[in-house]
Amino acid sequence: MEIYLYLALFSPFVGSMFAALFGASPKTMIAGIVPSLLLFVSFVSSTILLQHILAGGEVVHVEMMTWMETGNLYIPFGFVVDQISVTMMMVVTLVSTIVHVYAIGYMDHDKAFNRFFAWLSAFVFSMMILVMSDNFAGLFIGWEGVGLCSWALIGFWYHKESATWAANEAFIMNRIADLGMLIGIFLVYWNTGTLQYTESFAAMQFLDEETLTWIGIFLFIGAMGKSAQFPLHTWLADAMEGPTPVSALIHAATMVTAGVYLVVRANELYTLIPHVGLFIASLGAFVAIFAATMALVNRDIKRVIAYSTLSQLGYMFAAAGLGAYWVALFHLMAHAFFKALLFLGGGNVMHAMSNELDPFKMGALGKTMKGTMIMMTLASVALAGIFPLAGFFSKDLILEVAFIDAHYIIYSVLLLTAGLTAFYSFRIIALIFHGEDRHTALGFHPHEAYKFMLVAMSPLLILAIIAGFMFKMPYFEMVTQLLPATEYHIHSATTYWTMTIGTQLFVILAIFFAYKKYMAPGIKVPDGTSAMENSFKYKLLINQYYIPYFYEEYLVKPYRELSTVFWKQVDMKVVDATVDGIANILLSTGENTRTMQSGNLSTMLKWMVAGLVVLLSLAVVFGLAVKYLDEIKTCLSSLGV
Amino acid sequence: MMEIGLNHYLVLSTILFSIGLIGVMKRKNLLLLFFATEIMLNSVNIAFAAISHYYGDLTGQMFAFFVIAIAASEVAVGLGLLILWHKRHNNIDLDKMSTMKG
Repeated sequence: MEIYLYLALFSPFVGSMFAALFGASPKTMIAGIVPSLLLFVSFVSSTILLQHILAGGEVVHVEMMTWMETGNLYIPFGFVVDQISVTMMMVVTLVSTIVHVYAIGYMDHDKAFNRFFAWLSAFVFSMMILVMSDNFAGLFIGWEGVGLCSWALIGFWYHKESATWAANEAFIMNRIADLGMLIGIFLVYWNTGTLQYTESFAAMQFLDEETLTWIGIFLFIGAMGKSAQFPLHTWLADAMEGPTPVSALIHAATMVTAGVYLVVRANELYTLIPHVGLFIASLGAFVAIFAATMALVNRDIKRVIAYSTLSQLGYMFAAAGLGAYWVALFHLMAHAFFKALLFLGGGNVMHAMSNELDPFKMGALGKTMKGTMIMMTLASVALAGIFPLAGFFSKDLILEVAFIDAHYIIYSVLLLTAGLTAFYSFRIIALIFHGEDRHTALGFHPHEAYKFMLVAMSPLLILAIIAGFMFKMPYFEMVTQLLPATEYHIHSATTYWTMTIGTQLFVILAIFFAYKKYMAPGIKVPDGTSAMENSFKYKLLINQYYIPYFYEEYLVKPYRELSTVFWKQVDMKVVDATVDGIANILLSTGENTRTMQSGNLSTMLKWMVAGLVVLLSLAVVFGLAVKYLDEIKTCLSSLGV
Repeated sequence: MMEIGLNHYLVLSTILFSIGLIGVMKRKNLLLLFFATEIMLNSVNIAFAAISHYYGDLTGQMFAFFVIAIAASEVAVGLGLLILWHKRHNNIDLDKMSTMKG
């Protein structure tokens, strides 16, 4: 089985290196095909490993080599395929393979085609290290690798000012969170003496609660950055500047899920500190509704989808925080399928509309883009959580978890969010594909994407439909060998059916409301004159609760001013002055003594004699000093030096 | 009558060396520069020979011979160059030799 582990892990790396070989040359088809094939190899290997684990096989654990060994510190490059990581591997490799194939079509006309694939595969490789590592240090390498690759991919079109800005924002936000993560890892090492998951979690059972709380908090700060939880969420929507396949990858497979994975992986720790768990759940519920409200009004289809990811991540954290780790992981998996599908569909629309993202300028695209329309609609149905698609099973479970654990506030917030989710998802569906034709007047001539792109998307569609009822039980049985196997059943059948049907009805009503409102004739491109757009609520939401504004005004600007002060006062006047001063002394010494070199032999001889005298007197002085060393020492010590 | 001892020789050597040094610094004529150098070398020879005699160790006197030999060869080479210079420039004035001016 080890060979499959290595294949799964290193195939994306080889693919990345292969594409990088062509990095500087113009578009080479092979640079896209080979990484995709290698990723497929990785996917097949992961499937074999999944079969192995499902059949009740041993957990595959290898130690490739020793990385660090000094004193008590021992960190190997160890990889583990257990029930949790194999789930993540399946999600990551499957979504990434599809995204790679799709990107061959999507990036067809891009000049930097080869570079794109080099980074894309490196992204997947980092994520594979992250999920497969058997210790915190390896996890951290993957964690940072994901951050680096996301930076390069969000800022892929680096000639665009906004793209580089978004890339830097994502990188810096993640760096802030990574500091928390790093402190968490240090605390783990100090208190347990090891970074291996199994050993450190075993040792944590004996630690006092305060230490555990700090470890839990700091590790969660890291997770907050990667998974874009409030208040570090702004980067996720801005990351939409990257090419759409990157967005699909970030949202479905390789980046934001890392935070959820970390909490699930550290479930033994968080089980010991339920109060931190409750905080995580509350934050999750808050982010869920917070992001959903922002998605209600946004006029950029990719941003709407991004906010919906943010909202769904909130659900996952709510579940994980309440101790339902397997539910969180299940929702992560189901969400990956339909979210990747939504993004890829959004990419098709964006291509068709020559990079126009405002759904108000579209309308009636369903006529020309039937395939995309069906896929995006079904993905939205899955996202909204309608029976029997994937979202129903995972999302309803989270609601039930909150209900059973008697966290009614979290429950009602999440329920409300479910309605909002349905509304904003179908708001963009209605605006893009239905209603009146608004794009022709604006001079757009949409066309459907390449056929192979649609074919590549179809596995996601199938999974988005069947993942719920097909995978729930086998997944539950597999993953609960490692995670707390709490089954969430509502005792009274009446309550259960009322809840389920009530939720379904609520969601369906929200969908109908969205269709009714946004398919109505007479929708115009908003121009800032309607009463709605001038209301306070709308302004609050469209400006993302003024949080980016707040960051800009109260964090970025003061920091910039502080930096300017430091630059002008400290750097220029102290550091630079010192360095320049030394150089200037040397220069002026040279300038002043240059006249010595008059070329006159007689003068030179005089200087030579002067030098000789100086050296001789120095020799005499030092000779005397050495000779009378003891006397000098006693003399100095008597002076108290 | 004062006994002539090591110190006298060393004082003589120092005086000769100083004379030579001043000559090296002051003279503008290349030939006289050579003379001054010879005076310095020989002042050292005196010191060598005197100290060697004082300790009863022949190494110093042997060294003096070496110095004499090297001084002779130096003068031979130096004088050759001097003659060549004189043939070209028709003078041996140090102040005129400033082709190395930086």
